[in-house]
Amino acid sequence: MKFIRFLKECFKVIVRGSHRYYIWLAFLFGVIVWGSTGYIQQIKQGLLVTNMRDPISWAYYIGNFTFLVGVAAAAVMLVIPAYIYNWKPLKEVVIFGELLAISAVIMCILFVIVDVGNPLRLWHMIPGIGTLNLPSSLLAWDSLILSLYFVLNLVVVSYLLFNHFYQRETKKRLLNTLILLSIPVAIGIHTVTAFLYNGFAARPFWNSALLAPKFLASAFCSGPAVLIILFQILRKTTTFEIKEEAIWKIAELMAYAMFINLFFFAAEVFKEVYSDTEHLVHLEYLFKGVGENRDMVMWGWTSLIISVIAFLLFLIPATRKNVITLNIGAILIWFGVYIEKGIALLIPGFTPDVLGQIYIYRPSLIELKISAGIFAIGFLIFTLMTKIAIAIIFENFNITSLKKKPA
Amino acid sequence: MSIKKTIGSTMKLNRRTFLKASAVASSTAALAACGSKSALDEFLQKNFRFMSKQEIGEVIQRLETQYAQQYGKEISVSAKEALPETFFGYALDISRCIGCRKCVYACVEENNQTQAPQMHWIQVLEMEKEKGIDFMDANLYYQHEEVPHEGHFYLPVQCQQCKNPPCVKSCPVNATWTTKDGIVVVDYNWCIGCRCCMAACPYGARHYNWGQVELDPETINPDTHYLGNRPRYKGAVEKCTFCIQRVREGRYPACVEVCPVGARKFGNLLDPDSEIRYILENKRVLILKEELNTQPKFYYFYGT
Ligand code: SF4
Ligand code: SF4
Repeated sequence: MKFIRFLKECFKVIVRGSHRYYIWLAFLFGVIVWGSTGYIQQIKQGLLVTNMRDPISWAYYIGNFTFLVGVAAAAVMLVIPAYIYNWKPLKEVVIFGELLAISAVIMCILFVIVDVGNPLRLWHMIPGIGTLNLPSSLLAWDSLILSLYFVLNLVVVSYLLFNHFYQRETKKRLLNTLILLSIPVAIGIHTVTAFLYNGFAARPFWNSALLAPKFLASAFCSGPAVLIILFQILRKTTTFEIKEEAIWKIAELMAYAMFINLFFFAAEVFKEVYSDTEHLVHLEYLFKGVGENRDMVMWGWTSLIISVIAFLLFLIPATRKNVITLNIGAILIWFGVYIEKGIALLIPGFTPDVLGQIYIYRPSLIELKISAGIFAIGFLIFTLMTKIAIAIIFENFNITSLKKKPA
Repeated sequence: MSIKKTIGSTMKLNRRTFLKASAVASSTAALAACGSKSALDEFLQKNFRFMSKQEIGEVIQRLETQYAQQYGKEISVSAKEALPETFFGYALDISRCIGCRKCVYACVEENNQTQAPQMHWIQVLEMEKEKGIDFMDANLYYQHEEVPHEGHFYLPVQCQQCKNPPCVKSCPVNATWTTKDGIVVVDYNWCIGCRCCMAACPYGARHYNWGQVELDPETINPDTHYLGNRPRYKGAVEKCTFCIQRVREGRYPACVEVCPVGARKFGNLLDPDSEIRYILENKRVLILKEELNTQPKFYYFYGT
């Protein structure tokens, strides 16, 4: 009963807002509608409306999925120092990391759904009802662990906000157990997603033991990069508060993660270049082009160069603490990892294909449309949830304040 | 008392009714679009591997009616099981193959492959004699007035019917598996179209129906098998099945029959007198990408 009341009050918070808020929502709805028209067309005509074909059978959708699994890590990145070491400045913002994780996981699931040829048959994957292929299929594991991560974060966030709203003490034991549990699960979603690619012996570009560690390292950059920018926007546009110190700390942690990411990359390049086997061709496709096909080269270098620049910006304390360079760094990292995961991982992995043939892939307009729609859904969910969280945490929106002023 | 009773009867719901109930609840929109009972049955159809004889019979009947409506002609769908004591193998004589691609088109016709964009289960690669078997230098799109082209040889690649198939391992819903007679098959009605298996296959043997399946009712092959050449669906994966509809009737695959130079051999690996066993014992065979441990039952050899 109390929870229903809570939900009702939250709903009231969502529908009230400034002009800017309404414009933002209208914009998101617009993009969602636009994306849906693309999806309707895809449902009618099949994935033929994308530019994926047999040689490149996963592309932009699954690339976005992979990137967003990384973003979903943001929560854990902040949870660890905040809760384990009881590091105050971060603690109150952890919840926003978790909100981001929830939105990111929803987007992940949507990207898988739009990529699947027969979405109506997805019930075949429900354990007990369908025939989920455990333990051998990695996609089966991935679906399970993503759902678990989603539920965990949702429970933690609702529990925290609910208690805040009723101004009750949280049960520390229970909460800490859940939060502690979410750490290995967050690492798990990355690892299993990396294993999904990693396990294909047919694709040497992914068949490297470094793939999962690299996924973790780059996720520890991209997730917080999104958060740093979001925090500043929220600070400007709402009553949200965060201390400079906390942002710098996040930026510092990102610098270390980026270093590890670049180091792993260097290790892989060395192995491929020095041993110079036929597997080198995929890396060549990314950085040099194969024959006349140089489609990927621009992306390969852009991603690498901006990642290095961002690393330096975050490493040097002066640039880390300067608002402008900090934000440039965050945006660069974001783009760097987006290109790396969204484009530079999948396409060169499939090119040349297993029979040595080259198919040039560029996302079709419909792929871009549908993807934009999914991002808009994610942003919408994040916006609404954040609005509630800010009201509860910073704006003194709770049961007592509601009782005081008669509605 | 009444509460107890309700709980009791809820628990008694069997799997099928549960499925029906949850399906009706969860996908009203989708079903509104389909409307008819046969669409609902299709939606609820089980994994072929776990169907009873009777259920298979019902499904086949529904499919035959559907196909008849769709293509305006009678199409028979068989569900014939594996013959006892059979385990199929294939051998291809690289020294004979001339790269004429007759097998490619015979396969398209026999197996009702979609026309838009045209699907080929068999891919013939042209390779340079000097380089040997080297995929990175292979050409799939060769066009010559006459074949064989000087200095080149040809390597047709289709599903290698691996004994240790990575495609089967990767499928999240068990929509693809190896039959008793050693054929890796797909249940086109169970496949969700996630394409994990395509990423997993080292031979590019799995193909996807990117668009609506387009078949010419005139040329459609009406003798089909559930796990083989029956008309397929948009959004599902398919592959070579050794012509399951033929070989379970004791016939040769279409590609073996059509090859003008007799480069293709097929038979029962368990029969010591079969031609395939003769080849394994008397010729030196090779398999593709042996380092991946897929253990193909599709062998290549040099006959001359
Ligand atoms: S060749 Fe490919 S499709 Fe055929 S069994 Fe092997 S992995 Fe599966
Ligand atoms: S595409 Fe179909 S057969 Fe292949 S892995 Fe996915 S569900 Fe299984």
